[in-house]
Amino acid sequence: MNISLFITCYNDTLFPETGKAVVAVLERLGHRVEFRRAQSCCGQMHYNTGYQKEALPLLRNFVEVFADAEVICAPSSSCVAMIRDHYPKMARETGDEKTINEVAELVPRVFEFSELLVDKLGVADVGAFYPHAVTLHPSCHGLRSLALGDKPRRLLEAVRGLTLVDLPEAEQCCGFGGTFAIKNADVSAAMLSDKTGAVLATGAEVCTATDNSCLMHINGALSRQRAGVKCVHLAEILAARA
Amino acid sequence: MSVRVGHAAEAPSFPQAAEKLVRNTQLRRNVRHATNVIRRKRARVVEELPDWEELREAGHAIKQHTLRHLDFYLEEFERKCTEAGGCVHWARDADEANRIIVDLVRAHDEKEVIKVKTMTSDETALNESLAAAGITPFETDLADLIVQLGEDRPSHIVVPALHRNKMEIRQIFLEKMKLENLGDRPEDLTAAARKYLREKFLNVRTGITGANFAIAETGSVVVVESEGNGRMCITLPRVLICLVGIEKIIPRFEDLEVFLQLLPRSATGERMNPYNSIWTGVAPGDGPEEFHVVLLDNGRTNVLRDEEARETLDCIRCGACLNACPVYRQTGGHAYGSVYGGPIGAILTPQLQSMRHSQSLPYASSLCGACYEVCPVKINIPEVLIHLRAKAVEQGYEPWQERAAMKAAAFALASGTRLEVAQKLARVMQLPFEHEGRLDHLPGMLAGWTAFRDLDAIPKQSFREWWAERE
Repeated sequence: MNISLFITCYNDTLFPETGKAVVAVLERLGHRVEFRRAQSCCGQMHYNTGYQKEALPLLRNFVEVFADAEVICAPSSSCVAMIRDHYPKMARETGDEKTINEVAELVPRVFEFSELLVDKLGVADVGAFYPHAVTLHPSCHGLRSLALGDKPRRLLEAVRGLTLVDLPEAEQCCGFGGTFAIKNADVSAAMLSDKTGAVLATGAEVCTATDNSCLMHINGALSRQRAGVKCVHLAEILAARA
Repeated sequence: MSVRVGHAAEAPSFPQAAEKLVRNTQLRRNVRHATNVIRRKRARVVEELPDWEELREAGHAIKQHTLRHLDFYLEEFERKCTEAGGCVHWARDADEANRIIVDLVRAHDEKEVIKVKTMTSDETALNESLAAAGITPFETDLADLIVQLGEDRPSHIVVPALHRNKMEIRQIFLEKMKLENLGDRPEDLTAAARKYLREKFLNVRTGITGANFAIAETGSVVVVESEGNGRMCITLPRVLICLVGIEKIIPRFEDLEVFLQLLPRSATGERMNPYNSIWTGVAPGDGPEEFHVVLLDNGRTNVLRDEEARETLDCIRCGACLNACPVYRQTGGHAYGSVYGGPIGAILTPQLQSMRHSQSLPYASSLCGACYEVCPVKINIPEVLIHLRAKAVEQGYEPWQERAAMKAAAFALASGTRLEVAQKLARVMQLPFEHEGRLDHLPGMLAGWTAFRDLDAIPKQSFREWWAERE
């Protein structure tokens, strides 16, 4: 299958290793991965903060870049949720038939990484080896918008050497919420301390998720506490080999 | 017309209030404990209903239908209530509602009233208007009594004294009821409240209540509760006044079939409320001799006008979104500066009174979606929050630094080429703040991040640069 990678702007800039891992896993499974350099950002930060006008050109760029892509994969549940939940409405609001149709055709071809593997490609075992105790934070957008269910879990369970430890109160938000972490820093930090408390209580060495934005947040506190637990994106675990 | 919601217009912004509240360790323990108990109970009784999702759909559909034909159903309610011997008053805003109620009490020369189950009267700040007219209101719902005696404010839609634990309540009762001694078991506290309230029920001759539902078809009013104090407030006084927001109307009696399943399970985790009172007009020799309904707008028709946000008025005040909300669970309800706290308050208050007075509320959410997941009438609260944020930005309430940063970011992200330049620039700009591969003290708005968290420095090579090299 020809898979077009939508790396997302913050993974591109801050977490290139996640992108490399996605490429490694998909190529290992025998698929062709392409990366279109004109891609940029889905517009989630602008849209969710109330800057709808600023988000629209980012939608247009996304549609233009990926219009003829067969399958689009993004290693970020929140960016895929932005596209799936909000692009159709944004397109409707332009009143422009062409945009509405283009978005309607494009959206069903966009997949979050674990979704692509389990639903579209029908794999749970990607041949990974990762000899560590890992706990999974489900990420609000993965959990509630994309309804990923047990997909990330099934992928982790098939990893050799990996011990999966249940995260208490897993469905609670880590407190990131994009600009929420800055605008409401105190409450966000309080939520985060609950999340890191839960992560530490598992005794796991690694906390993983389908979204680097949650992980950046959780890791920010674990690093500040010098907790000795690291955050690693699901794709990087799946790319690891013996 | 002047719309106001309690004292929300003078309240500090959400982040300001929250900063203080998250440091209150007792409050956080109390809120955490109480919301956990209710969440667990709710989950249990929701799980056992195979048609829960259909019930939610039905609740949403009935409410949406009613709101689209609200003028029709309101007039039908007025007609039926009047036919049954009730008297319906229309109030455009809080002041008008309070004036109507004060005049009604005065007309009977009463100096005291008993109240129950009327959060809407907190919205209109009725107690202050009554006091100013020389009328003493006694709250008779146990939690409202605790709040009133503690000279406090409600912090939860269903459990107004949720932020208090039993030791704090004991202290309030000891002081305000002037008791010599009082045990600290829940039974001791309720016994003290019972003794205090019974005297009011038997002597005060005017009652004021709210309504969970008002039925257009029959002109009936519905109040559900756990204590039976509401039942006494409704049946014992000579004059009964009911303050009802216009969104509380439901078309038919049989619609209760849906709502009386959704509400108790969502609100208190019960299959049915212990007390369900439904009454219609007046009946000679049975209950109050006079029955008044004050229908309150206070900004609700403005909410109706906004198609994208009108579902806010679907709310049946169950409080499930508060218990589920990870933000509410850290701060409690007082941070929202309004009688309506939590996610529903964050969308309702700014719409009722004005964005100018509460622009921080739509931002008091991480958009995690837990509220939408539990809402019994499927209000898409995260969608409405985003819609209100857009309004705040449109009306220019967000700080200029943020607007400038967002515009700059939109420029930088407009194409792959621009993003690539921005990435290179950011790597240079981070140099003064980089320390051992970490950024731990960022300037300006970003300081909100580094106050509590580290940030790894931006890597030397972006993904797109790696890809270019690979090709």
